[in-house]
Amino acid sequence: MSSLDIWMRENPLAYVWLGSYAVAFLIFAIEIAMVIHKRKITLQQVRLMREAEDEARDDKSGENN
Amino acid sequence: MKPRQKRFMFIAVAVAALALVVGLVLNALENNVSLYFTPTQVFNNEAPHGRSFRIGGLVQEGSVKREADGLTVNFVITDKHKSIPVVFKGILPDLFTEGKGVVAQGRVEADGVMRADEVLAKHDENYMAPEAADALKKAETANAAAAAPASAPAAPAAK
Amino acid sequence: MAINWFKYSAPTTFYGLAGKLIPWFAASSAILFVAGLYIGFAVAPADYQQGEFYRIIFIHVPASILSMFLYLVMAGYAALGLIFNTRLSAMMATAIAPTGALFAFISLWTGALWGKPMWGAWWVWDARLTSELILLFLYLGFIALHASIDDPRRADRASALLAIVGSVNVPIIYFSVKWWNTLHQGSTIKFSGTSMHVAMQQAMFTVLAACWLYAIAVVLARVRSIILERERNTTWINELPEVRS
Repeated sequence: MSSLDIWMRENPLAYVWLGSYAVAFLIFAIEIAMVIHKRKITLQQVRLMREAEDEARDDKSGENN
Repeated sequence: MKPRQKRFMFIAVAVAALALVVGLVLNALENNVSLYFTPTQVFNNEAPHGRSFRIGGLVQEGSVKREADGLTVNFVITDKHKSIPVVFKGILPDLFTEGKGVVAQGRVEADGVMRADEVLAKHDENYMAPEAADALKKAETANAAAAAPASAPAAPAAK
Repeated sequence: MAINWFKYSAPTTFYGLAGKLIPWFAASSAILFVAGLYIGFAVAPADYQQGEFYRIIFIHVPASILSMFLYLVMAGYAALGLIFNTRLSAMMATAIAPTGALFAFISLWTGALWGKPMWGAWWVWDARLTSELILLFLYLGFIALHASIDDPRRADRASALLAIVGSVNVPIIYFSVKWWNTLHQGSTIKFSGTSMHVAMQQAMFTVLAACWLYAIAVVLARVRSIILERERNTTWINELPEVRS
């Protein structure tokens, strides 16, 4: 019997918490961080595009005058 | 038909056809999809010959015997119709107990005994507190004792 | 029946609605997680056979249920998108896939950790475990297929077909323990009732509700980003306060 087998039988609750719940919550935390990051990046891109469009429009109207 | 309905029909027919195909394939492969054979199947020659396979069932009550070396275990797997003796040398899982589910992998030799390389415990879908399990067991034995004199072949006890 | 469903299925209205709902779903999910785990670890007794190890069930079963239901919801949205050509449906399907994949992974991972001490093996190729692994691959395949096609409309259509075809796997997962001999035990929650101690049930269903609310919050947050990205050339996006500032 390996040392892991012995350890998990002596500390079943630690095994359950560290092995299952800590991993699950870590995955949730990573997913939340990725969703927030994606939101930030997308907003930035959309803002940049809008600014570029505004500038292009301003330049055009400037030429016309 | 509008294109929308056409698309809907197409998807519905495709999924139905696919489900049918998958169902037929799985049905044909039944023995390969199943993890183990029951002792009855082994006696009916449905299990493979000459190669390793798994047998699943219950550990027969009173059949577990440990040999002097402390590692080799003899027990009998039963499905209540047929049973097969098993010899296994190694560490048994925690849940291995008489009367509970077990899956053993190995070869059945000419003497009809399986030499197992791996024994896995199969637990059931019931979850309860230890006290509740004790109370249930007591009630069951009380019931069995009350029913036994009335009808000679004991009625199949509730699980 | 006076509600105009098409109004809410338009990205324009849905974007704002989702933004308002996310904090509520997230907060109630957090509360239910704490409550469920409290019941699961402080109130529910140890199991008569499995001792403390069975407590993995409070995350394992909700994750498995979510991975299967989310797949059906994803395939449903994909089918809607394919049939009605609605913009939002395909975006919802794309937003659900990563969350579903993560739940499938959590289900397999916690199952392995449960199997080792109880069965004596991290993994066996039985029908239940294998079909759940296929579910994870279907999610990954959906994500990969969608990402590999540049034109979003074509990507939607191709991945929708994969999602719909793959939904055949979900009933196979559910009934696998009935149809074949498996090492995995039968269903504890059946249509006819549950073979489980009351406090254990309460813990499991509370965490299940928490997982649902979490999944909804994350999917709504993700779909908002997808709407922004896909509709960035429209005037309504350019007039959003968060874009103007």
